[in-house]
Amino acid sequence: MEIIITRYGGLLIKAMGQTLLLALYGLFFACIVGLIFGLMSVIKNKPCNIIAQVFVFVIRGVPMIVLAFFIYFGVPYFLNTIIGLGKQVTLTALQAGTICLTLNCGAYMAEIIRAGIQSVDIGQMEAGRSLGLSYGKTMRKIVMPQAIRTMIPSIINQFIITLKDTSILSVIGFPELVNSAKNVQANTFLSFQTWAVVGIMYLIVITILSYAAKLMERRMNRGR
Amino acid sequence: MDDRNVKIHVSNLKKCFGDLEVLQDISTDIYEGEVVVILGPSGSGKSTFLRCLNRLEEKTSGEIMIDGRDIYAKGLDINKMREDIVMVFQHFNLFNNYDVLGNMTLAPVMLKKANKAEAEANAMKMLERVDLVEKAHVYPAQLSGGQKQRVAIARALCMNPDIMLFDEPTSALDPEMVGEVLNVMKSLAADGMTMVIVTHEIGFAREVADRIIFMDGGYIVEEGTPEEVIGNPKEARTIDFLNKVL
Repeated sequence: MEIIITRYGGLLIKAMGQTLLLALYGLFFACIVGLIFGLMSVIKNKPCNIIAQVFVFVIRGVPMIVLAFFIYFGVPYFLNTIIGLGKQVTLTALQAGTICLTLNCGAYMAEIIRAGIQSVDIGQMEAGRSLGLSYGKTMRKIVMPQAIRTMIPSIINQFIITLKDTSILSVIGFPELVNSAKNVQANTFLSFQTWAVVGIMYLIVITILSYAAKLMERRMNRGR
Repeated sequence: MDDRNVKIHVSNLKKCFGDLEVLQDISTDIYEGEVVVILGPSGSGKSTFLRCLNRLEEKTSGEIMIDGRDIYAKGLDINKMREDIVMVFQHFNLFNNYDVLGNMTLAPVMLKKANKAEAEANAMKMLERVDLVEKAHVYPAQLSGGQKQRVAIARALCMNPDIMLFDEPTSALDPEMVGEVLNVMKSLAADGMTMVIVTHEIGFAREVADRIIFMDGGYIVEEGTPEEVIGNPKEARTIDFLNKVL
């Protein structure tokens, strides 16, 4: 265990940094994608509803590892070879990983946001509308703030899942924690120690995140 | 009929939810300053009728004119129209994420009818009217049902509306709180507000209504003064209904 920590600790911490970076990019764009598709599934517009439903259906129905291979290998191959674009399109592992997390987490976020909005009593929207406020204004000032409060636990849960899901992106060669740990194991043959340390590192980061999230949740619920 | 101004003109209004025909054929005129109470058994379409008047429900066919303007006309700014024709709901629907004052100033400020200070001053005046000044900074969750409904009425008044629609405003209240809400509504009626009220409070209807509309099965079965409709009903369905509720 000491060898892993003293000799490879720095490397693993750096790799954890990459994990966090990837998760951060993914979560940031996933929030945007989730908000867009979440809103698209609640507004009164059939085409938008269907597009949002199909998006969620496809992403939920495909394992993320398949999505990762598809985006990293499949999409550039499609663009370069099948369509035959003039120049070579390549994606870095970080780009592909970010897209993959964005789509995957975004679909789940869309569902969380949809459910959150629908959990707010329809009367809140009707009251806003009947006072002359537009749909958008009512959504922004009345429905959304209430929806977010009920969404927060699920969103935090999804953030944690997404952080852990970055490990799947080791398969496309992104140097995050699991990928780096595989190298450490290969060099040292200390598989028990390596994976124990890696597990504990995930646990620490997620504990800190959960705690911060709890604080935030309590803050948002204050006075209610 | 007479020389009063027609405020709301409804002709041949029909509303279906899928195969269910909730409003069959409704025609009536509501005059400026008139207090119209709509009675009828549940499922008779009275709430749906009320909700069509500010387009919370879209009509299937027919015509609704308010101040001579077709409210279903293409290009009509429905939000602008709703500023003048506000609704008070059975379940109050106060905005849970704002305090009482916030509830009352949100729409006027957002719609630029007043700046924040003016809106708040106006809101306090309205709170005085419903006798809830001390609750200005309280959140809806801390109010009783009767207080919530009085705030909802005050919130509606802050829009300085022409017409107020009441959708069973006392049906979700404990019996001892019904009176306080009805009293506020009586004072509005006395001030000449045009009101359309769906309610089950027959005594209240008899007291404040200029006209009573009795609905059943999506039709207006009978209408007239309280003496006519409640005191001396002609239609069998009206008699049957009144026997059950009185």
